Amino acid sequence: MARKKSIADRFADWLPRLVLAPSLLAVIVGVYLFIAWTGWISVSSSKMVPQYDFVGLEQYYRLWATPRWHTAVANLFIFSALFLAVTIAVGLIMAILLDQNIRAEGALRAVYLYPMALSFIVTGTAWKWILNPNLGIQKVVNGLGWESFVFNWITQPDFAIYTIVIAAVWQSSGFAMAIFLAGLRGIDNSVIKAAQIEGASLPRIYASIIVPMLRPAFLSVIVLLSYISIKNFDLVLAMTNGGPGSATEVPSTFMFSSVFRRNQMGVGAASAIMMLMTVAAIIIPYLYSELKEGRDGH
Amino acid sequence: MAIEYGSAARSRMIGRTMIYSGLIGLAAFYLMPLWVMVVTSLKPLDEIYGGSFIGLPKVLTFEAWAKAWSQACIGTACTGLKPYFINSLMMVVPAVLLSTGIGALNGYVLTKWRFKGSNLIFGLLLFGCFLPFQAVILPMAQVLGRLGLSGTIPGLVLVHTVYGICFTTLFFRNYFVTIPDELTKAAQIDGAGFFRIFFSIMLPAALPIMVVSCIWQFTQIWNDFLFGVSFTAGESSPVTVALNNVVNVTMGRKQYNVDMAAAMIAALPTLFVYVVAGRYFVRGLTAGAVKG
Repeated sequence: MARKKSIADRFADWLPRLVLAPSLLAVIVGVYLFIAWTGWISVSSSKMVPQYDFVGLEQYYRLWATPRWHTAVANLFIFSALFLAVTIAVGLIMAILLDQNIRAEGALRAVYLYPMALSFIVTGTAWKWILNPNLGIQKVVNGLGWESFVFNWITQPDFAIYTIVIAAVWQSSGFAMAIFLAGLRGIDNSVIKAAQIEGASLPRIYASIIVPMLRPAFLSVIVLLSYISIKNFDLVLAMTNGGPGSATEVPSTFMFSSVFRRNQMGVGAASAIMMLMTVAAIIIPYLYSELKEGRDGH
Repeated sequence: MAIEYGSAARSRMIGRTMIYSGLIGLAAFYLMPLWVMVVTSLKPLDEIYGGSFIGLPKVLTFEAWAKAWSQACIGTACTGLKPYFINSLMMVVPAVLLSTGIGALNGYVLTKWRFKGSNLIFGLLLFGCFLPFQAVILPMAQVLGRLGLSGTIPGLVLVHTVYGICFTTLFFRNYFVTIPDELTKAAQIDGAGFFRIFFSIMLPAALPIMVVSCIWQFTQIWNDFLFGVSFTAGESSPVTVALNNVVNVTMGRKQYNVDMAAAMIAALPTLFVYVVAGRYFVRGLTAGAVKG
């Protein structure tokens, strides 16, 4: 029979848990309790201030009956699809080009990645100016002699969302490049050599051998870019402020204006819960598979 | 034979040329906005309205920078970005240090002092990295109000620390996993306690990941807009919120040169960090692809 532990020993046993406790508490409150709280507001009649009553799914009905929300959801799909496709394509091309024993690779990589260090507000401010139809790129092209060139998408309701895609791709493609490049560097060179000896051309080797081997990198990039596109808020606000009209409204700006400008807290909370569920549907399976693989792999 | 060899070399040359022109073309695309921001910020307003967009300034002036720094109007207060820049500094320094310190301790516990349920706790923290903040801003605004912290810099420090520890814990956990357990076990046998091991074995080994964590947190918190715009108003705003207000002034003739100077001012701290320690910044980015 072991002797009873002294108080000091027992304290030492519990110390790791005590150290972790404040963080755990902060996250349980700040993430999980707050999510539940937002959920509660979304089933209440809250308008300007939170009301803690229960009105069922009324706010969700109201949300889905709002045309502006439909615009926001449609924009999110357009934006995400284009943003993911173009960012992945550009990122992959940059990574493959950089992987060809390039001189000054470090400098080029730094150039492709620096936009990731900028705030979306800065990016948005810069691109809004570049896309200014009177004084920006359009005028430069006009000045070069192409007088009829028009590039006024940012002021056109049907096209403004694409200008946000351009700026977002500019900001994030370096990030995709970094993950793809890490993936490429992890591929054994002998695979390429063997294929070359068999007479396969380089583009062929990339298309049918190397790109398929980048599957884990693709998964990470897709998940993280999806998360970025759902979260996207600052960039829209800085570039178009949701306009012209409500043409570039996305769920995040919809949520913000419902709560802070339109006194529709309940509807705003309902839209926040919709966003959360979308993110969770993407992220939770991803985290699960990453963690499981990590456990099996190591 | 010789002819064949020559054509192979030529096609290789053509391939290399194409690769390099592709890379250089892309580099030009990435640098263009920065170039435009800098040259626009150094031009007098008349030159901008006169139609010079991409070219170098004919008359070089730092007037727009001075205006953006100390005279531009944010709402009704024409103080320039200076006070908001200071707000951001006051917010970012404590939030980075706190979240990094706490993350280091958490990572240490989660790898070297595992207990029943510690993996579940890690999972709970991990989801916090991917939380869409819209789902928590309403309750957070309520709580900050009750604590008397709404619209204050300490309030923002609290918010950024709470949501920052998810990421910093991930960084340190994935780093400490690679330090062999034998090291800490041996120290324990020698009688070193929890904190002794942390300070004399783990922390000295963790220098690279501390840099990664600090840079990542600095960039995230400095660039934050959603929390700033939701929880502060007027003179307690961080610089990103002030920048957005400067740019969205609708009165009078738009001062694009001041807008660009203001954007550069807001961007300089993170750009500086990127230039000085880009390597670590990239590591932080790719750590978002969770495996470690």
